[in-house]
Amino acid sequence: MTLTAFLILLVLAVTGYVMNRRAASALTADGTRLHSLTHFHGLYALLTVLVPVFVLICLFLILETPIINAMVMAGLPDGALDGLDTGGQQLVLAEIRSISRGRVFGTPEDWKLAAADRLVALYGWFDILLIVTVIALSLAILLFTRRRVAAEFRARQASEKIVTGLMVACSLIAILTTIGIVFALVFEAWRFFQMVPLTDFLFGANWEPQIPIREDQIAAEGAFGWLPVILGTIVISFVALFIATPIGLLSAIYLNEFAPHRIRAIVKPVLEILAGVPTVVYGFFAILVVAPALRGAGAELGVPISPNTALAAGGVMGIMLIPFISSFADDALTAVPRSLRDGSLALGATRGETMLKVLFPAAIPGIVGGVLLAVSRAIGETMIVVMAAGLMAKLTINPLDSVTTVTVQIVTLLIGDTAFDNPKTLAAFALGLMLFIITLGINVLALRIVRKYREIYD
Amino acid sequence: MNDMRRTEPTVTENTTKMQARKVQVYYGDNHAIKDVDVDIADKTVTAFIGPSGCGKSTFLRCLNRMNDTIDIARIEGDIRLDGEDIYDPKVDPVQLRAKVGMVFQKPNPFPKSIFDNVAYGPRIHGLARNKAELDVIVEKSLRRAALWDEVKDRLDAAGTSLSGGQQQRLCIARAVATNPEVLLMDEPCSALDPIATAQVEELIDDLRSRFSVVIVTHSMQQAARVSQKTAFFHLGELVEYDDTSNIFTNPKDSRTESYVTGRIG
Repeated sequence: MTLTAFLILLVLAVTGYVMNRRAASALTADGTRLHSLTHFHGLYALLTVLVPVFVLICLFLILETPIINAMVMAGLPDGALDGLDTGGQQLVLAEIRSISRGRVFGTPEDWKLAAADRLVALYGWFDILLIVTVIALSLAILLFTRRRVAAEFRARQASEKIVTGLMVACSLIAILTTIGIVFALVFEAWRFFQMVPLTDFLFGANWEPQIPIREDQIAAEGAFGWLPVILGTIVISFVALFIATPIGLLSAIYLNEFAPHRIRAIVKPVLEILAGVPTVVYGFFAILVVAPALRGAGAELGVPISPNTALAAGGVMGIMLIPFISSFADDALTAVPRSLRDGSLALGATRGETMLKVLFPAAIPGIVGGVLLAVSRAIGETMIVVMAAGLMAKLTINPLDSVTTVTVQIVTLLIGDTAFDNPKTLAAFALGLMLFIITLGINVLALRIVRKYREIYD
Repeated sequence: MNDMRRTEPTVTENTTKMQARKVQVYYGDNHAIKDVDVDIADKTVTAFIGPSGCGKSTFLRCLNRMNDTIDIARIEGDIRLDGEDIYDPKVDPVQLRAKVGMVFQKPNPFPKSIFDNVAYGPRIHGLARNKAELDVIVEKSLRRAALWDEVKDRLDAAGTSLSGGQQQRLCIARAVATNPEVLLMDEPCSALDPIATAQVEELIDDLRSRFSVVIVTHSMQQAARVSQKTAFFHLGELVEYDDTSNIFTNPKDSRTESYVTGRIG
């Protein structure tokens, strides 16, 4: 029925377009000059019908089910809900709903069957209500817009205003969603910091997020010092960038300035494919290939290497970041005006000298911006480290040791049955908030650098 | 070719610096330059004029092998600098470009300081053994480009901070700093205002005492003002090449006459 409503709306809106356009054309028949072109009159009708009625249908869809539920529950016989808490009432409602869909378990009471019938009937009435409302409202608006068609009516400005409003609304949705996410994060983190002092979290060197589940359980009191966790993130990110930055930059320089067209035509798409590999696949690669290889090498050399090294996780993350850095650096180098390259070559500089002394320095801000964005990706990367890094939080900077990261801890804390009333699960939000603040800071910095650099050449 | 050089020079007439014979340029399938023969004299300003797309800039870029940087460009024929074929496989285009400098249409200073812009060429070619020598080269080049007095107090300022005319003179200083023998200029004044243009034209006349200058220009007045020799290009062909005064007052080809009197172009 919803689909029908949308179809009716669409047909009426298009009708409005055609009708107003014709009406406007008819005005010109005796030589009158219109302020707006005829199709703007049509567009004005189309938009004025489409936007409000569309919003109405959406609101209807959101509110329909809660209203019907409330009506059904209110219509139950007296005493049916006696002694039931909110959860129990929800169960009754769920049962009525499943009966209404024909899934009957056991022998339900008669009043439940009656309620189910009522539910079905209500949905029928609401559907009719929807269709009638849509038709009536659309026609009313159509009539209104048709009467506005006149030579001096500024249909173009009016429709432009509506389109502007739509764009503002879309941006607002994006912004509000982000604000909502941040707010949820801050709110839960706030609850955590009421249980665990902020200083303990920021400066504590111990991360043991356990809490006793039962009163009599013998468990250590949890420790929530995030230092070892963030240190693990830093070590792994450092390893990743240590691998990705030089390889990414050199490949970009080669592709941009030295590679013949044929090689560039092959290598660039391959790098882009590398960027499209799901991170979980990189995770397989880390645990199946890189980690065993590292252990084998360690055994040869007599160095004990743990199975979940920061080196394996960071190394594979580095491989993941190569195309990212490479494509950013390539863009930055391409953005350097050709005239600078020609100027340098015309002075008798070799391609290498031109790259080293002119192109690369000119592209540095863009490249730094790209590397910073890669840093924030490395810090936020989850899947590879969940698979390849360890769980134990150790205060170490040795890349051959097993470390854990902020993202791994968040995942571990939230896996399985969780109740959001203890520091163990709420700690995940505190970690998430810190991660958000760090990556936000880095992204802002990176974007500022990139933008500054764009201003120079535009 | 060398024979011609030995027999022709006289005390009054300048020697031939560059010599082009039967030069063809192709961009992919497009035959951009057809059978061009030109002798460019030493210590002379030679102007290339012609309507847009006639190939004058393309031909100019052949003279220092800048067309090498364009993958689809193909050059045939014979171009010699002091009797040596510049397209000989033994010739290193990098060294050739140190001898045949170039100034572009739009000023293109590097995003570096004024000093580093001028010192760029001397540094990569190792022309200065120490900082003091480099200072001397930079000052001399800036003086030759008539820019020294304007920038001597702010050599550390960015080259891009100068005005358009100053930037172009900086580019000229940068080009003369490597001691080229020939200076190619591709419409060097087209992005400049009339005052800056006058300054650059005056400079070109000064440069003639040391280098052979080849200038591509859209402006016939400019060609008449600064050059001694003028070549008129039309549709990829060299129509007429003679003393500038002859081209403008007594052209032999009707197409040249139409162009210089403003009937085509």
